Amino acid sequence: MEASKKEHNFIVSVSPHVKSGETTSRIMWTVSIALLPALLSGLYFFGPKALFVTLTCIISSMVFEHLYLRVVDKKSLVGDGSAFLTGLLLGMNMPASLWSFSPFTAHIPVIASFVAVVITKQLFGGLGFNVFNPALIGRAFALISWPKSMTIWNEPTAAFLSMDAKTTATPLGILKEAGVSKLIEVFGDKMSLYEHLLTGNRAGSIGETSAIAILLGGLFLLAKRYISWHIPVSFLGAAALMAWVMGGKDGLFTGDPVAHLLSGGMMLGAWFMATDYVTSPSLKKGQIIFGIGCGLLTMLIRLKGGYPEGVMFAILIMNCFTPLIDRGVRSKVFGSVNAATAKGGAK
Amino acid sequence: MGLATFKGGIHPPDKKALAAGSSITDAKPPKIAIIPLSQHAGAPCKPLVAIGQDVKKGELIGEPGGFVSAPVHASISGKVVAIAEFPNAMGRMVNSIVIENDGKEEWTALKDNPDYMNLPVDELKEKVKAAGIVGLGGAAFPTAVKLSPPKEKPINAVLINGAECEPYLTADYRLMLEKPKEIVEGLKVLMKILSVSKGYIGIENNKPDAIKIMQDAARGAEGIEVIACEVKYPQGAEKMLIKAVVGREVPPRGLPMDVGVVVQNVGTALAIYEAARYGKPLIDRVVTVTGEGIQSPKNLMVRIGTKIADLIEEAGGFRDDAVKVVAGGPMMGFALSTLDIPVTKGTSGILVMPESIVEHSAEFGACIRCGRCIDACAMGLQPFMLSILGEIGHYEEAKEFNLFDCFECGSCAYVCPAKRPIVQLVRLSKSMVKP
Repeated sequence: MEASKKEHNFIVSVSPHVKSGETTSRIMWTVSIALLPALLSGLYFFGPKALFVTLTCIISSMVFEHLYLRVVDKKSLVGDGSAFLTGLLLGMNMPASLWSFSPFTAHIPVIASFVAVVITKQLFGGLGFNVFNPALIGRAFALISWPKSMTIWNEPTAAFLSMDAKTTATPLGILKEAGVSKLIEVFGDKMSLYEHLLTGNRAGSIGETSAIAILLGGLFLLAKRYISWHIPVSFLGAAALMAWVMGGKDGLFTGDPVAHLLSGGMMLGAWFMATDYVTSPSLKKGQIIFGIGCGLLTMLIRLKGGYPEGVMFAILIMNCFTPLIDRGVRSKVFGSVNAATAKGGAK
Repeated sequence: MGLATFKGGIHPPDKKALAAGSSITDAKPPKIAIIPLSQHAGAPCKPLVAIGQDVKKGELIGEPGGFVSAPVHASISGKVVAIAEFPNAMGRMVNSIVIENDGKEEWTALKDNPDYMNLPVDELKEKVKAAGIVGLGGAAFPTAVKLSPPKEKPINAVLINGAECEPYLTADYRLMLEKPKEIVEGLKVLMKILSVSKGYIGIENNKPDAIKIMQDAARGAEGIEVIACEVKYPQGAEKMLIKAVVGREVPPRGLPMDVGVVVQNVGTALAIYEAARYGKPLIDRVVTVTGEGIQSPKNLMVRIGTKIADLIEEAGGFRDDAVKVVAGGPMMGFALSTLDIPVTKGTSGILVMPESIVEHSAEFGACIRCGRCIDACAMGLQPFMLSILGEIGHYEEAKEFNLFDCFECGSCAYVCPAKRPIVQLVRLSKSMVKP
């Protein structure tokens, strides 16, 4: 027999026969890397306790993911980075003070991780099928279950190894209780307030305080095209507008949008939580609707609700609308006059 | 000003350097030619010869079985030894005529008519039809049908497709370098048949030498313009090329003629010229034999009916790590299970892939709705929805997501981080419901 005619076992599969190098797990790890500046900033200002809280969340998230998949006899996907990212985000959304309550049990981060990974993600079918952002449900569960522990905020200190810290109020807490003039008074003057908010030298959750560090990671993801501008810009834009129009004590159009954008979890939420692929709309048009909804709901809760912060609930509420938005908004099919005519195709 | 292009698309590595430098050489005429009676879109041919009959090169051996059909011709001289079903590249069994080569290379009479441009339009059209010319870009749609548009669809531009956006393939590129005048002549014949004054040649910008040579060849030819297009897959898809070059959007499920355009591949233009001038039937075509899994990548002028095994041999044989053979390009080609398959009019390339670049795993992940497929889709679809609906068997619902507007270019599956077989699920869905 001729050489080329010898029996071959060729691989046969459907086209395309080449694929890009992008993988789900590379996306998860890249987003985790983008969170590094914000995490480092949190560690700098809140010390080793911040590290312990974050590590507890990461490790328990990965352990729960692995155990759950083992129990239901599925292949463990714990290496895909998804549980790591959930744990990281959850930790960054918690106060560093949690550690001091029970240094060797750390039950709040552990239980919150269970709620995030097992209840919010796996029970809904695992990665890709969850309706809600797992880290945010984990945090919401913790906030509702342990409202006191979850709202004890340490004063930021650059003393990296210090385990003791004074507690204080967050800028949003002051804003809610006493208004913007009091907030400015606490930080000295307006520029000093903005400076503290930008650098992260203020009370808050571990990863949410430094606007600059978060922006750095966000722009990195934007530049790598891992996220698009649509959700962050519409989220922040809508929130800024509402803060300016309705946020002032002296009537309409007297609010301080900058203070609102830079405080609380607004930046972390807009760049890293609302942009979660699975729980946000896929089409750009839908993403803008989603972002505007997040921004308006955040400000509604901040200005009129019982909580000083509204980012978490705003995103979770908009998560509910994601399937609806994805079905209602359609892309414009090539050659069609507008998106509406594309709907349904030829019947 | 940016280069002409369309919205969406992807940038796979083009890998054209493997074969781009090799000029077109004649492959050995096959000892046995297997000539399928259906190599085109449309009705299969009816055989006109019997077993035992002697045929000459270029002799008509199958007549069109309908309006949308194209005749087939003997690609070698010799004896008909079988008429039976043989598999084609898609794995279907096709009635085929098998000819044993007598080595005489005896042509049916070919006559040079240098004055072909002055032939009446009907006669030119008849020559294209009789030559059995189909679209050589891969779709193999009978060309004569495109040249007979209904009255209510006036045509005002002819577009020659030199994009060759499939990675690896260089057949069209080599043709443009080596036969530029003939391609322009073919375009002129097309313009005459369709009585249009505007002709375009669209070429991707990664072939600057081809653009230059075609511009030189078209110089002085009235109404013919060479347009450089952005390098982006699927730039060579008809609808995308028309959008880029002529600026018109073919409506969903529509045809190029709906916007007054006829598109033909560069190889088809050459075949049209040869049919108009010499009356030469389509019995050979350029095939790029390439890939990291073949010893010496080549561009070969191959007789229709040559077995792919013969071409592999001609290109020096497999490298040790070759594991996958694809008829066509890597994005839309068909993976072969055997090499005993003939080259047909639509075979633009043979790609041999080594183990290192083939994805073995049949496993894929859940859709994480990252939206990369939406950005990649040149048709403006939501491929992730098609894949999810196909996976859970909601085929009817997939129609609401414009299932039948997908032309299976594979851009979505290329970019998918979860490695979902989106094209496969789309094909499955299409096969389960009516359009």
